[in-house]
Amino acid sequence: MAMLEVKDLQVYYGLIQAIKGVSFEVNQGEVIALIGANGAGKTTILHTITGLIQPKAGSVIFEGKDITKVPGHKIVSMGMAHVPEGRRVFANLSVYQNLKMGAYIQKDKKVIGETLEMIYKHFPRLEERKNQLAGTLSGGEQQMLAMGRALMSTPKMILMDEPSMGLSPLLVKEVFSIIEYCHESGITILLVEQNAKMALGIADRAYVLETGNITMSGNAAEMLENEDVKKAYLGV
Amino acid sequence: MSFITYVISGISLGSVYAIIALGYSMVYGIAKMLNFAHGDVIMVGGFVVYSLTSSMGMPPIVAVVCSMIFCTILGVAIERIAYRPLRNAASSLAVLITAIGISYFLQNIALIIYGSSPKIFSSVITIPPLKLADGALTISGETVVTIAACIVIMVGLTLFINKTKAGQAMLAVSEDRGAASLMGINVNGTIALTFAIGSALAAVAGVLLCSAYPSLSPYTGAMPGIKAFVAAVFGGIGSIPGALIGGILLGLIEALSKAYISFQLSDAIVFAALIVVLLVRPTGILGRQIQEKV
Ligand SMILES: Nc1ncnc2c1ncn2[C@@H]1O[C@H](COP(=O)(O)OP(=O)(O)O)[C@@H](O)[C@H]1O
Ligand SMILES: [Mg+2]
Repeated sequence: MAMLEVKDLQVYYGLIQAIKGVSFEVNQGEVIALIGANGAGKTTILHTITGLIQPKAGSVIFEGKDITKVPGHKIVSMGMAHVPEGRRVFANLSVYQNLKMGAYIQKDKKVIGETLEMIYKHFPRLEERKNQLAGTLSGGEQQMLAMGRALMSTPKMILMDEPSMGLSPLLVKEVFSIIEYCHESGITILLVEQNAKMALGIADRAYVLETGNITMSGNAAEMLENEDVKKAYLGV
Repeated sequence: MSFITYVISGISLGSVYAIIALGYSMVYGIAKMLNFAHGDVIMVGGFVVYSLTSSMGMPPIVAVVCSMIFCTILGVAIERIAYRPLRNAASSLAVLITAIGISYFLQNIALIIYGSSPKIFSSVITIPPLKLADGALTISGETVVTIAACIVIMVGLTLFINKTKAGQAMLAVSEDRGAASLMGINVNGTIALTFAIGSALAAVAGVLLCSAYPSLSPYTGAMPGIKAFVAAVFGGIGSIPGALIGGILLGLIEALSKAYISFQLSDAIVFAALIVVLLVRPTGILGRQIQEKV
């Protein structure tokens, strides 16, 4: 059984249909890449999964449970975290407060402390800047913070929306090494990227989204070699 | 001594403005809307106490608690019925117009029940006046209670926001609703709680206001409501210490201009001062200078 199953999802903004019947699945422990051009509907899909928007039709099933109608704020406590597009850290709160916010659903103080320690170990820069306002961090640091904040909920699965957007190549590498680390520690990952090369490099399988439809899917390594994908998304 | 008397009465009036301004400011900061019906909740709070004490003979303190409960429920109901359905409306004007509508609705209901002639509100505050400087300076019990209530509310609310989970949820929702929801925060619940707190405070402000100026009519809340809104903008809307500073400053300016310049012009002077402050600091005295995300 798949960990996350999206079935025939249709999402509208007013009268405009952004997602036109999308189905895919993510198995436990996998890294799945969802790639597609700007405006294809990647963010819309992630927002629908974590309940920020409601679909018109279709369903989202997480660990066998239909979460399509579950209110958005209840989803993180089921074990699914979401690193949103554009980081969306709480700009006027400190780095530490942002991380604490990530553990909002966690009641056990001991677990919070341990997770925080683990995050500071992997993101030493966040510890150095723990009392700084998040809004004053650089883009790369904000991305680290957004990922650290998601990890604070000790999720089973993380959705990541273009974590490399707007970052220098060096920082992109750093972000991907963190994704690698999440993967190694057993977290299932759904990675949305425009940086198709990096995403396909790290993923097990991938789906290609074009204007609200999935047009291709398969093994990520094979897709890297696919002529159509190369032409459209790898710029070769 | 008269100068000190004016200052004390300014601080006392300002404390009431500050308590009302808090409600405006919290709702603006967290729900991102101007709740123009907030002033009328003050009036409702006053009438509940009036009815319970003068017609039903309830002890004042019990009446005040009942009034707070009533206004809390009223505030949450208004939010649920009138504002929440419009939260995702394309235009934020829709909810503003609704708030003005609710304001008139509350005034009209009060008109139907109590009529338009002002009622004499007997003060619920029974502590004796404070005599200072060998009796040269007398501070009324109402003033003492008002200033004390303002301090307690400010400290309590600051602790609540910084130390409790619900308070932290308010901070998160005020910055980014979507991100707050992803953290597991119930955004609708947090906004409802904000309305509950703001409305309970409005009830307190209503009682303090009517105790100091013992006349109550369906329009009693309107002017203090607008002035408290000015106070909130003065101090920096969305900020708790800003509401306090804005409220006290407004009360002082009003009291001193009534005493030394002109009784009739005092409101105009208050608004002129607001304009000057906003020209110098467009976000208010303690308002955030960081550009807000649209
Ligand atoms: N809030 C919105 N209101 C109306 N249309 C939207 C909104 N958000 C996204 N869209 C539209 O939906 C489509 C998919 O957008 P999005 O999911 O953001 O794409 P992607 O993340 O792949 O770049 C686009 O055509 C976009 O213009
Ligand atoms: Mg996107």
